[in-house]
Amino acid sequence: MIAELLNNLNSDIVMGMAQAAGAIVLCAAVVLLCRRFAVHVERETAISAARGLVQMVFVGLVLAVLLHGNLLVGALILLAMTFAAAVTASRRARDIKGSLLLSFYAIAAGSGVVIAGMLATGTLTADIAVLVPVGSMIIANAMNACAQSIERFRADVTAHVGQIEAGLALGADPGVTVAPYVQGAVYASLLPRLDMLKSLGLVWIPGVMAGMMVSGASPIYAGIYQFIIVAMILAASGIAGLIVTLLMRARAFSAAAQLTLRPGERQQAPDRLAKSMPSPS
Amino acid sequence: MTLETKHLSRTVVDRVLVSDISVQVQPGEVLAVVGPSGAGKSSFLRLLNRLDEPTGGTVCLNGRDYRELAPRELRRRVGMVMQMAYLFPGTVAANVAFGPRQCGERLRPEQIASLLDRVGLFGYQERDVSNLSGGEAQRVSLARTLANAPEALLLDEPTSALDDVSARGIEDLVLSIVRERRMTCVIVTHNAVQAHRIADRTMILEAGKLVTIGPTKEVLRDR
Repeated sequence: MIAELLNNLNSDIVMGMAQAAGAIVLCAAVVLLCRRFAVHVERETAISAARGLVQMVFVGLVLAVLLHGNLLVGALILLAMTFAAAVTASRRARDIKGSLLLSFYAIAAGSGVVIAGMLATGTLTADIAVLVPVGSMIIANAMNACAQSIERFRADVTAHVGQIEAGLALGADPGVTVAPYVQGAVYASLLPRLDMLKSLGLVWIPGVMAGMMVSGASPIYAGIYQFIIVAMILAASGIAGLIVTLLMRARAFSAAAQLTLRPGERQQAPDRLAKSMPSPS
Repeated sequence: MTLETKHLSRTVVDRVLVSDISVQVQPGEVLAVVGPSGAGKSSFLRLLNRLDEPTGGTVCLNGRDYRELAPRELRRRVGMVMQMAYLFPGTVAANVAFGPRQCGERLRPEQIASLLDRVGLFGYQERDVSNLSGGEAQRVSLARTLANAPEALLLDEPTSALDDVSARGIEDLVLSIVRERRMTCVIVTHNAVQAHRIADRTMILEAGKLVTIGPTKEVLRDR
């Protein structure tokens, strides 16, 4: 079956590969330019580009095979994607116990609620050829939001250990001592998506709209549909960012209200830690 | 309150920070903890209000194991002033009112004014904390801790970031407040002269272990 598909698409694939080669050449030129300024991303870019290409060819093949699958198959694919997204996002929180599960819950909740809502309202059909690509966009954005929240929360908390512990020492609830950093982390996950929504159509015409127009849909409906997708991306990101931040907050303290999320706790004794704390901003 | 440590220890990943320390501090008494950098002075102090968890032994307050108290209540009763003031962004008054607000109590303006007067900051209520000198910030930090009406006061090198004049001012202030309120006080310092000036008794720590403890004049005779 795959061979047959490949035969049919042979000319497309050859052309695609040639275009991909062109894209790689441009990336390589940028990498060389960066090198001149002592920014060394050669190895990472090469690995990322190779991985990206292989993964996309593989996805194309899988989709070609599964194009006629049912809702269950679609749901399983999205679940696998959510898991992969959780693995990626949780790399930012390797030293936090159970970070993979935290990320998984957050991404699954964010994208799950939104995708279910879109299916229920008919914005999204159970057709696997629509469900998987649109779902993947939502999951990918929930993943980014999750990673951004983790990164921001960790950075803020580890930079304000002194103030947080000053609050704890005054008998404050742990939640009160990190409230500003919870806000910051959730906001950080939403900001890029808010900009996306604001600049929709002005700065960029996203892929879904372009694709729908290419396949003959009305430009107005394509535009409205694209707006819905971006709004749903914002919703999924907000839920994922909020949930992962709240879960991180719970993990940042012990049962006895002691701050356990600290910079290099394993390497530094509290004595030296106290001296390395930055002054409050 | 009587504050007593019983075989208090803390080890983090094979590194012994505090090892088997048993001492008792009485109300109205000032105990200084001195020793070289990395001796575990701050680590010891952080165990006394349970900012860190002991890995061995415990602390008793008036004979009662402090783990029986909710950490938030414990920390209101055993106040702490850190090396840096770590004030919260906003006004001086909001900082002073922070502790009581955590248990639903609102300080009246005259209570805030009286706390600020006590630390020598008359009329500072509406000042923004970003415009304070180091000495003033540390005084606000002290007033903020006193607002909880703690029975014990822990001080972690409270004057090490200050100039001599400000440091002496804070020392005198702490000493008079401790005497007046009969607080149990433990102060970490790397400065033997400071220990001489304010501590009734002094303990010397080295590598997390208690080397000696006794009246300051005897313990620090040669220092």
